Amino acid sequence: MTFDLEMAEIAKVFFQESREGLDVMESGLLSLGATADSENINTIFRAAHSIKGGSATFGFAEVAGFTHGVETLLDEMRNGVRPVTAEAIQTLLQACDCLREMIAATEAEQPLDQVRIASLNGDIKHILGEAIEAPAPVSTPARAAGNEAAGTGAASEPGGWRVRFEPVADLLRLRNEPTRMFAELRRLGAMVAHADTSRLPLLDALDSESCYLSWNIDITGQIPRGKLDEVFDWVDSGCRLEFTPTGASAPVAPAPGAQASARPQAAAIDAWSAETKAVSPTETKAVALTEAKAAAPADADRSAPAGAPVQKAAGDSGSIRVATEKVDNIINLVGELLITQSMLSSFADGIDPNDLDRLRQGLSQLARNTRELQESVMQIRMLPISFAFNRFPRIVHDLSRKLAKKVELKLSGEGTELDKTVLEKISDPLVHLVRNALDHGLEIPERRIAAGKQETGTLELAAFHEGGNIIIEVRDDGAGLNKAKILQKARERALVAPDQELTDEQIDNLIFMPGFSTAEQISDVSGRGVGMDVVRRNINDLGGHVQISSKEGLGSTIRIRLPLTLAILDGQLVRVGKEIYIISLLAIVETIQVARERVNTLVGRTEVFRLRDEYLPVVKLCDQFGVEPDSRSAEDGLLVVLEADGKRVGVLVDDLLAQQQVVIKSLESNFKSVSGIAGATILGDGTVALIIDVPGLIRSVVKQGVGAAAAHAA
Amino acid sequence: MSTAKTAGAGKSAAESSEQYLTFMLAGEEYGVDILRVQEIKGWDKVTRIPHTPDYVLGVINLRGAVVPILDLRRRFGLETIAFGPTTVVIVVRVMSGRDERTVGVVVDAVSEVYNVDAADTKPPPDVCGSVDTVFVKALATIEEKMLILLDIDRLIGNSIADELLPGVAAA
Repeated sequence: MTFDLEMAEIAKVFFQESREGLDVMESGLLSLGATADSENINTIFRAAHSIKGGSATFGFAEVAGFTHGVETLLDEMRNGVRPVTAEAIQTLLQACDCLREMIAATEAEQPLDQVRIASLNGDIKHILGEAIEAPAPVSTPARAAGNEAAGTGAASEPGGWRVRFEPVADLLRLRNEPTRMFAELRRLGAMVAHADTSRLPLLDALDSESCYLSWNIDITGQIPRGKLDEVFDWVDSGCRLEFTPTGASAPVAPAPGAQASARPQAAAIDAWSAETKAVSPTETKAVALTEAKAAAPADADRSAPAGAPVQKAAGDSGSIRVATEKVDNIINLVGELLITQSMLSSFADGIDPNDLDRLRQGLSQLARNTRELQESVMQIRMLPISFAFNRFPRIVHDLSRKLAKKVELKLSGEGTELDKTVLEKISDPLVHLVRNALDHGLEIPERRIAAGKQETGTLELAAFHEGGNIIIEVRDDGAGLNKAKILQKARERALVAPDQELTDEQIDNLIFMPGFSTAEQISDVSGRGVGMDVVRRNINDLGGHVQISSKEGLGSTIRIRLPLTLAILDGQLVRVGKEIYIISLLAIVETIQVARERVNTLVGRTEVFRLRDEYLPVVKLCDQFGVEPDSRSAEDGLLVVLEADGKRVGVLVDDLLAQQQVVIKSLESNFKSVSGIAGATILGDGTVALIIDVPGLIRSVVKQGVGAAAAHAA
Repeated sequence: MSTAKTAGAGKSAAESSEQYLTFMLAGEEYGVDILRVQEIKGWDKVTRIPHTPDYVLGVINLRGAVVPILDLRRRFGLETIAFGPTTVVIVVRVMSGRDERTVGVVVDAVSEVYNVDAADTKPPPDVCGSVDTVFVKALATIEEKMLILLDIDRLIGNSIADELLPGVAAA
């Protein structure tokens, strides 16, 4: 039972690592296109190899089998036997997709897509089947089988194997369990293992966590060499492994993985004579005492064969895997700390200051420490945007093929970090924008040449910081938006009044209007159900903002502005009557005292305020939230000018209070979402204050306004 | 409240019996599964939430969590009274959908903890159009008193989701 649980836990890690491995394979394959760089192929091969090994260990035979074909092909490419063709790369990319699905299906315990697997297997076999050696005139299936076998090692199996297994001293520390391997071997056939205790040191020199034993294993039965490889798959990088067929004179063909480590010790093969019967650990120690042999000092050197470990170090970016839940817990606690600190500060403010200078000093130090601690804890949640960007080379590769366009993808600022939640939620909108740029923005090569541009279009994805925000830009040098057509369509749909004059920028941003994008867009290539209005909605939900600017014939730039995090917010506390609300400082344009002569009423009801050359609708927070204010007349209060989605309103409040960083708490976790409210926070005095959802508030006001205007026009 | 009074005859009933915390509401005694009760606290100021029904009094800060407070008298459409010294907030954990929520309910006073034997419960009478019976899991008779055992998941889930049942609006 516990074993199953443990295995499930380890399997989870395997699934995760396999996905990462597939990402490595994919990015490797995509960059393989131009040059057949052997180091790159090696990287891809290693990723495939670990997936194969892992899946075999966990008994996912189908995944292992499929990966094996992939690995064979890669191995031949690596050895230069097989040319790297575009066709092969395409097949391997598809194989990656298929593997991803297989792993997902295995994890979810769903049936696998056998048809797809078989067809891809066929493709791989087909590539493998293309003659690379002189003896060609054999029928294709037979050749394929032959090659398959060559990849595995020897196909024709003798009556059994003798396996020399000499693990590194670290074997147990690396969480490998020899007895498990023996149990697996026993499943393959009758097995006798002889432990070789010659390396055992004296008891006082013995490190209980090191493995000093090596084994000679005789196993009888018709066992394919591949099966043996699978058993030792996890350990083959650091261990000495020799397979000798017994009972027949078949030639020895060591597995590719074992080869490297095996060679230096080749001379030692004959020296395996000092065999001892398999012994229990206590017995082993007794033997060690009498034989008094020191552990081989060369062990450490031998455990680091050239390739794998070095590569591992290079690929390790020094990251750790932490469950989001744990991090969230810490973030909550630090938030509490911040609240306590602000509570203490406000408490200290109310006491006679004479004796309290030191307390104040301590508090300001606490404030600084708390802030710093919070910032560094928040950093844990921050991930580089490359997590979102990494999928684009593949998407662009596939889509440009499909659309017969030539595209160069440029990524910049991949290291820019943003909150994990923001990152997850921005991925889909970004995919949509990139697809759009390819679909509608960039032209086909002929048209580009005709327009005097380079045949290959450029698509740029850039991320950078700008004033406490993250900016992501999607730029293309395509045809740009057809403003005349957009305006015409907008007028057809009555989104714009017939006589209304719009600036170029306003016209461009019409494509974010709901109802605009779902149908056929500027070009006749169909959309994919999710429109630009959904993109904008998603970004707004993250507290962000999206804008497009475009020059006809030169291309478009879509600019997304996102907050760094969703967990804290720089807030302005405002008071309405007896209630306190919080407005994000980012949304506040300015705050003004209202002069009576600048307030006018519109059709008797709606109040508007003239701010320089603009009329802003006045929103009374007291009416919106049903609070009894100090005064209902605009000139007694303060007007906070808020902006979201390019629209401005003036919000009337009774008073402005402090500005402070607040920790955002969800209302939904224990209650539900409330219109006009983005969340809640806890103030220094321990009470809850609500955070105003500015875009939501503006949307509801402007919608009402438009509706009212339309009703009057009708 | 530390001593539990056992309904019916014996301790042998422990297997099929459940413990209920009971509270008073307009002279009636209601019970909630004690395993759902997180804590009982005195009435304190709340932060009002706009655009919510009147029985949602607001939210409080419960050790860093923002917890909504519901007034059960208003929820059941009973006459409201001024909160007094016995008025308490029972904080319960309820399942709504797949999420667990922590919610406080304001009641007149807490009463007792009873062991209620499943055999001593009766299904509520099927009163047509009555709000209350939808949220009543069962009625139990203890010491010649009637206990109204609430289906707290349903009551809270329903109150939060705004899926008003027939009759609620009228009450």
